[in-house]
Parts: sequence; C-alpha cells; structure tokens
Amino acid sequence: MAKHKIDKDEQRAVLARVMRYIRPHLPKLLLSLLLSLIVVALTLYVPILVGRAIDCIAGAGRVDFDALARVLTTIAVCVVLTAAAQWLQSDLNNRVTYATVRDIRRDAFARIQQLPLSYLDSHPTGDVVSRMIADVDTFADGLLMGFTQLFTGVMTIAGTLIFMLTLSPVITLAVVVITPVSLLVANFIAKSTHDMFVLQSKTRGEQTALIDEAILEQKLVQAFGREDETLEAFDEINERLRACSLRAVFFSSLTNPCTRFVNSLVYAAVALCGALSAISGTLTIGMLSSFLSYANQYTKPFNEISGVITELQNALACAGRIFALIDEPAQSPEPEKPEALDSVRGEVSLSDVCFSYTPERKLIEHFSLDVKPGQRVAIVGPTGCGKTTMINLLMRFYDVDAGAIRVDGHETRRVTRSDLRRNIGMVLQDTWLCAGTIRDNIAMGKPDATDEEIVAAAKAAHAHSFIRRLPGGYQTVITENGGGLSQGQKQLLCIARVMLCLPPMLILDEATSSIDTRTELKIQDAFATMMQGRTSFIVAHRLSTIKSADVILVMRDGRVVEQGTHEALLAQGGFYAQLHQAQYAN
Amino acid sequence: MKKLFVYFKGYGRECVLGPLFKLLEASFELIIPLIVASIIDRGIASGDGGHVARMVLCMAALGLVGLLAAVTAQYFAAKAAISFSTRLRHALMAHIQTLSYTELDTLGTSTLITRMTSDVNQVQSGVNMCLRLLLRSPFVVFGAMVMAFTIDVRCALIFAAVIAVLCAIVFSIMLVTIPKYRAVQGQLDSVTAATRENLNGVRVLRAFCKEDAETEKFARRNQLLTRMQLAVGRISASMNPLTYVVINAAVIALIHSGAVRVQLGTLTQGEVIALYNYMSQILVELVKMANLIILLTKAWACGDRISAVLSVQSSQQDGGRTFEDAQRGSVAFEDVSLRYSGAGADALEHVTFSARPGETIGVIGGTGSGKSSLVSLIPRFYDATGGRVRVGGVDVRELKKDVLRDAVAIVPQKAVLFKGTIRSNLLWGNENATEQDLLDALTTAQALDVVEAKPGRLDEPVEQGGRNFSGGQRQRLTIARALVKKPDILILDDSASALDYATDASLRRAIRQMDSRLTTFIVSQRASSVRFADQIIVLDDGCVVGIGTHDALLADCPVYQEIYASQYGKEEAVSRG
Repeated sequence: MAKHKIDKDEQRAVLARVMRYIRPHLPKLLLSLLLSLIVVALTLYVPILVGRAIDCIAGAGRVDFDALARVLTTIAVCVVLTAAAQWLQSDLNNRVTYATVRDIRRDAFARIQQLPLSYLDSHPTGDVVSRMIADVDTFADGLLMGFTQLFTGVMTIAGTLIFMLTLSPVITLAVVVITPVSLLVANFIAKSTHDMFVLQSKTRGEQTALIDEAILEQKLVQAFGREDETLEAFDEINERLRACSLRAVFFSSLTNPCTRFVNSLVYAAVALCGALSAISGTLTIGMLSSFLSYANQYTKPFNEISGVITELQNALACAGRIFALIDEPAQSPEPEKPEALDSVRGEVSLSDVCFSYTPERKLIEHFSLDVKPGQRVAIVGPTGCGKTTMINLLMRFYDVDAGAIRVDGHETRRVTRSDLRRNIGMVLQDTWLCAGTIRDNIAMGKPDATDEEIVAAAKAAHAHSFIRRLPGGYQTVITENGGGLSQGQKQLLCIARVMLCLPPMLILDEATSSIDTRTELKIQDAFATMMQGRTSFIVAHRLSTIKSADVILVMRDGRVVEQGTHEALLAQGGFYAQLHQAQYAN
Repeated sequence: MKKLFVYFKGYGRECVLGPLFKLLEASFELIIPLIVASIIDRGIASGDGGHVARMVLCMAALGLVGLLAAVTAQYFAAKAAISFSTRLRHALMAHIQTLSYTELDTLGTSTLITRMTSDVNQVQSGVNMCLRLLLRSPFVVFGAMVMAFTIDVRCALIFAAVIAVLCAIVFSIMLVTIPKYRAVQGQLDSVTAATRENLNGVRVLRAFCKEDAETEKFARRNQLLTRMQLAVGRISASMNPLTYVVINAAVIALIHSGAVRVQLGTLTQGEVIALYNYMSQILVELVKMANLIILLTKAWACGDRISAVLSVQSSQQDGGRTFEDAQRGSVAFEDVSLRYSGAGADALEHVTFSARPGETIGVIGGTGSGKSSLVSLIPRFYDATGGRVRVGGVDVRELKKDVLRDAVAIVPQKAVLFKGTIRSNLLWGNENATEQDLLDALTTAQALDVVEAKPGRLDEPVEQGGRNFSGGQRQRLTIARALVKKPDILILDDSASALDYATDASLRRAIRQMDSRLTTFIVSQRASSVRFADQIIVLDDGCVVGIGTHDALLADCPVYQEIYASQYGKEEAVSRG
C-alpha cells in the first residue's frame, strides 16, 4: 500500500502491538535467531577453511594430503550443518510469519463483525479489504521476513569484520574505509529517484483512473462517438507516463552497477593489500583467498539492509493501518442481562426518537409512532428522502440518539441484536446474494431447513419456476451478487430467503422495484399472505401499493413530515397529496 | 505474446545493444579470477610488487569499464521496455475503441482493465529484466565453465556436472512450487472474496445474525491458506540449503582433484583459487536466472492475455451512407430478431414497427422482455441477427457509424457521469455547444436546480462515476447530456426510474415541448410514463404483443391491461378503460 510516514511514538505503539501477536511464537523466533547465528558463523568459517585447504597445496610436490583431507572433512561437516540450520530456520520463520498473519486477519475479520454500520458505511469496501489483505501481506513480508534479514545481515557484517580482523587488521581497515562509499551511492540513488517514483505512481494512478472510467463505460463512449477524444486524453497521460517511467526505471536501475563497481574497488584493494602482505610473508595465499571471498560477500548485506529499512518502515505503516481497523471501537455492547424476546406479537412503538448521522445535520427529531400487531406501515417520499434511515433504526443498524424504540414493550436496546433481528424479515432494495448454491442462499436464515421447506418458500416467492429451469436447479452455484441471474430473479431469491423464516415483523425496502409489474402482482399476492398478522414496514415509490397501509409515513429531506392514512393525508392536502397528484396528473 | 513483438519495431537497436553491453560487462567479470590467479602465481610467487600493482590497476579499470557498459545497457533496456509498453497500452486502448458491444460483452470490462494496467506493467518489467539478464546469467554460468576448461579440463568436468545438478535442483523445485504458489494465490483470492462479500452483504448478514457463522467460515479459509503457505514454503526453503551443499561439495571435489594436479605440477595454486572463484560466480547467477524465469513466465502469460484481446476483431463493419433527408428521424424495424452472441434464445423475435419523425414511442414490458435490446438496435450497438433496422430511411448497417450516432442520443438505465465538471460532462453531447445550449438542455431535463444548488454551478467538479451526485441527480444530468447533442432521435431507456413521479412527469412534458421533429423513445415499466405516447410497443418475452395508443391497448391488449392494472389498481383500470 501507499507509503505512509508515521512518527516515532506511533511506531513504538505499533511495535508493541506486533510484539503481542508474536509473543506466542517467541520460542520459535528465538530458536530461529539462534539458528541464524549458527548459519552466519558457519558460512563465514567455510572460506577460512577453504583458504587453509589452499595453503595445503602450495605447489608441485608440496601438497600435504593428510592435512588437506582433515580440512576438507571439516568443510563437509560445516556445510551439512549450515544447510540443515538454514532449512530449519526458514521453516521456523515461515511458521511464525504465517501464523501471525493468520491471527491478525482473524482478529481483523472478527472486529469487522463487531463494527457499527456507521463505520462500514463511511469506509469504502476496497479500503477495508486492502487493509485485510494487501497491508497484512506487506506487513508480513516487510516486518517478519525483513527483521530476520536485517538480523542476519548485521550478524554477517559483524562476523565478517571479526573474521577479517583476526586474519589481517590492515586489509580490514582498507575494506572498512571503502565500503561506506557503496552505501552512500545506493542511498544517493534511492533519494534522487524517490521523486521520480512518486511522479511515476501518481501518473500511473491518473492513467488507471482514466482507464477504469473509459473502459467501464466504453459503451457510453461509443454511443457518444467519443472514441477519438478518449484515446487522445489517454495518449496524453500515456506519453507523460512514458517520460517519467523511463527516468524512474533507468535511474533506479543504476544502483546495481554502481554498487557492483564499488565492490570491485573493494575487491581490488583487498587484492592489492593482500598480495603485498603475502609477498612480505605476513599472509598466506590461502588467507588471501579467504579475504577475497569475504570482499565479495561482505558488501552484499549492506545493500540488503538499506533496502530492508525502507521496507520495515513501510511495513510498520501497514501494520498501523491494520491495527487502526482492529482497534476501531465496536458497536455498543449487548445488555448484560438482556430481556428475552419470545413469541413476539409485533407491537412496535417509537417514542420521542431523535436521530442523525452527523450532529450538524439533524434528521429525525422527537418522532413518535405506535404500530399495533399486524399493522402495515408505508414509508413514502421522493428519492433520497432518507427512507432507509427508518430501516437502519428498526433493525438497530444504527442506534437512536434519544428516545426509544420498543417491540412488544421491550426497549430494543435491552434485548440482544440477534434476538431483535431474528424477529424481523428484511428485503432490501440492493439485492445481495452470497457466493454459493441457490439453496444456501434461501436457507441463509435457517441453515437446517429441509428441501421441502426450501421449495415451499421458493414457490411462495414465485422463484421456484425459474430455479427449476437453472442448469443445476437448487444446487446451481452462483457468484456473489448472483452473476447470471436477472435483477428480478435475484430479488425473488431475496424474498424466498425471508419466506423461509417468516418472522413476525417485516421490512420491505422497495423490494419489488426491479421486478416487472406482472410478476410483482403475483408477488404482492404472496406478500399479502405473508403480511397477514405480521407487522410490516414497506418502503415503496408506488402509491398504489401503499394505499392499503394502516399508516403512511411521508418523508422528505430525512424527516417524517406527515403521517396518517391515505384518505386522511389526501384530505390534508399536504406533501403526500402533491405526490399523489403528480402520479395521476398525466 | 509473439504477436506483440511488432511493438518493438523501431527500437531494434536498443533491444540488441542492451544485452550486448550487458554481455560486455559479464565478460569483464569473468576475467577477474584470471587476474587474481596471475597475481598469486606470478606476483606473489616471484615477489614482483610491480606486477601486483599493474594487475590491481587492471582490475579497477575493468570495473570502471564494466560500470560504463552496465549503465549503457540499463539505459537501452529501460528505453526499449518502456517504449514497448507505452505503445502496447496505446494499441490496446485504440483497439478497445473499435470493438463493438458484442465483443465488449464477451470480453468483460474488468478483464479489459486488468489487461491495460497490471498485465502491461508485468510485461514491461519482464521485457526490461529480460533485456538485462536473460543473456547475462547463462553467459556467466557457461562462461565460467568455459574459463574453467581453459585452466584445466579435468577440473572443468566438475563444473559441467555441478551446473547440471544445480539446474536440475533449481528447476525441479520451481516446477513443483510454481503451481503450488498459484494455488496459494487462489486461496488468498478466496480469503479476499470472503472479506469483500462480508462487507458488501453486511446488512443482510447481520439481519440474519450470521456474524458467528461468517467468522467461522473466514477462519476456515484463513487456516487453509496458512497451511498451504507453509507446505509450499517448506519446499521452496530447501532451495538455498540444497544448492549450498552442492556448490560446496563441488568446491571440496575441486580442491581435492586440484591438489592432486598441483602435486603433479600440471596446475598452480593460483589456478585452483581461480577455479574456486568461478564456482562462486555460478551459484549467484543460477539463482538470479531462476528468479528471472519465474518473472518471465508470468510476463509471458500476461503478454498472451494481451494479444488475445488485440486479436479480437469487431464484428461490425462501418457503412458509408448518410440519411435520406426527407426521412431524418424516422425509425423502422422490419421483422427484426436479435440473438446475443452465446445466448440460447432470441432476445427479440420478429419485431416490426415504424416511427415517423417527431413521434413519441413508448416501449413497455416486464423485466427481461427485450425493451433495452429493442432500443439498442437503433444506434446499432448490436446488429440484428434477422430482419432489418432502418434509421432515416437507410439500413443502419449501411450508414456511417458517426452519422448514425450523432443523430441518436441514448440515456442509458445506469446514469454514469465522468470525472471532470458538469460542463465537461454535458459537452460530451456536443463539443461546440454554447452556454445557452447547456442551460436549455438542463432546463428540459429538470436538472437546472441540481446545477444551481452547487457552488461551482456548471463548473462544479464531478468525481469519478459521479458519486458526488445522487442517483436522481445523475439521471437528470445524463438526460441533459443527451439533449445537448440536439439529436434527431432521443432514447430514454428507463432513465427516469430514480425520479419521483412529479419530476418524471415534468420531464416528459418538457421534452414534448421541444423541437417537434424530435423522435422520442421512452422505455419504462411504468404505464404512467408511456401512456401519452403516439404509439406504445408492448413487449413480452421478446415478442411484440401489442402496438397502439394507450386507449386502444387498454381495450384489446391483455398484457398491457395487466400491467396497467398492477399499477393503478383494478377498479381504476376498469373505470378509465
């Protein structure tokens, strides 16, 4: 994800959180660190052994085969030990990393189940998903893998220095003096290319936005004959992207050749000092050979470390974003001693309810309504008048700011949410189906329903005939959002879903708006049966469907402006009368 | 992928010079162990400090020349790769503009977007890495072996064996892990999907109290992912230890057989060190090569997907004719049938009707009855699979596409605005529209109040997808956009669904009062929206079951009666009919 800079205190807090996740795996982590020490020590020891072996073969007739055999055996043992330790270490690291990732994802998901809808409504799905998936991955790669890499790197550098010092302090000094140049070069390149990369990703983002829009709405582009203009706009960004990508890619690709060059200087310096010391007899040829292999691998960890540090910071930023999600306050807790909501009659009363999404914009103020069991309440009003607010409150997706909503005399905040929701059947305007079989979808509210019950519910919702004609019948697998099904069919499934449980209260949110009017007519018959004896709240545009309601709530700009029966409201000559007039005026 | 190579055209020089300079650098690297051997065997053995100094200078010089060669190579590689991807993106975008609705439906928008973005990026970095490394790594590996042969044939045989064994290890591990990593990616997608689904369906899931069940389902998928990651991790973790063992076993063998030959005097100590150094170079390059191959197979697959899109050809040919002036604005369907590509049944069957210029035609019917299909034939979004569609007196297949689409304005069901301003969106209809044209269109579309409520008025910014406007506002603005075009034929495809009845009615009234030659098609499910049309076409399951005025249909079209009754209540249907 995007690189966010976070300050030191935050970093510390995030680290502490990370530690809490790692604590159960601490023994594994410590063992892994120990193993990495062993690996580093042995890998550094091998070049020395090779040097000794080479010293055993000074020249023709001067080869010490006994000593050579001993050294070679030691090398073999070291190599096998190193390999075993290496393998074990990566396995341990994987275990710690993947387990931590799993735990964090589990916690994040569990938290999402607890978050109030106000949070989920105000945060785009993509954002939450990217925290759960991409951020957690970046965090795992960067922080856990990066940490072990950093540790191994530092240990390698320290170990190399120690081994080199024991061989020859002078040459070591030469190496130590030249190495920072490599770091400086790498750093310089990273710094100077940073802006180019920022520009590149900005331009790329711009282009992606254009591509998204143009391709998503390609049909519209063609309908308006805007092909040339679209391509022109695209090419303009494409050309800018080319220019800045070339700079970014080229300049960043200089890091490797440049550090390689510095390394070759180090190598040359070692060769010079080493050869001169060898001539003066203070260094054996084998030792020189060891030095040369050190010179080759010594600079490598430096390059890795400089990469790891930016990765670590990025990983911390990602971890911060994930923990921000996990730490998000949950919805108000369930009551400690919840009142039971059994055999509900369906009496609903709202008394003096106040509610608003944001304090600046007051919506519902001191609203009261009494609904007797089995009554039908219609909620009407023009587009965007806030009809869904009523659903949010009745279902307790949102809590009222003041006042109370009671079901059968129980205040809804004193019963558990699940008890309340189990007693309300809901069909929303935005049909939503989960990935799975048709059967799974209908049985959502009652997973142990028998096949007969499911077919009966589908028949009642007029969904049976089209389900039967699907290739797999009730076992047909559909994707999320029911790809392949028409809007009307999806709606029928949502209705069947409610038909199966048939709770004592119903909320129907323009449930039939995208079903053709003839099917709707049939469904309304089924609805009528379903609503018999059940308290129902219906949100609809069609005045004809709500004329039979016991109470009509007329909403406008988020407020309930009128309430009463059809006749009474018409007689009143207010907003409802206007709406009604509009439908029949022409 | 191979078809994409044409986009390298003009950059052949870069494509050749890049790898060439890279090889130059690699050759310099291969010389270093020989220099070290010379330092040891001549310089140190004979105590010749001058020779040592000369050789070290030589090394530094090789390093510098290598740097220059590498920088040149990187530049050419970057230039070739980026020019390639820039052209590729352009070609894709241009190609997509030529596809007809049929191809767009088959390919799907999300596919196209992925091809244009992440696939092109993958190909770009694949090309870049390929130009830089594809030749270099094998060159170093085999170069090291060749150098070994020049030093000592017997010892070089160890090299040959090691290279074979290492290749076998690296590639068999890759062969095993690549499909497993793909499976891991698939499982990660399923975890992502579970999260997304949970968030999208949060209201329904909570209404059904599925929080715990969902958490459990997620935990199962999450756990499976972890298990798969561990399994594949365990295999790929064996790559480093195994290659390490093999290389060092070879080093042991090398020193041992070297020792024998040094004893005999056929090899020097310095040469043994040189051989040892070559061995180290091999390992580094082999690992690089393995990573490169993974990257390349991915890039190649992306390239294949891109060229698949490029090879899709539009199923429509552009005609050359213009309208017959006397019939501008007329529409006639002659026994028209339409079957979408891949569909099992006709979406429209034997539809015949004609609309004279200036008429208002209502199209009504249930969901899936073919209303949208019918009107989408007028601007030739699809070609009729049977019969003939005439617009302005000419078969649409013979008309120039630009001419046809300039004359027809359609307001689609889904009201979409584009990023920019209200003005820039309205100008889609006509680049040269005046301020007054825009205001007139807004007035007719009942959208003037939308604009007036915004602080920026016509220059109010529109976010991507128009999400800073409500559904109803978007609908009215898209209607205005179509009106700016001043079309001969206006099609409202259920485009007033988010409007309340009052606004819908004023909209229709305003459209009626416009230019009298404007032919209007109103597609709707509401009888109230079409009842004052000159002709109403009633569709049922792709067939026309009635054409006529409201009163005529109410008298003798059972389907229309049913629709009307369902919306107005039975008594009224009777009393008004």
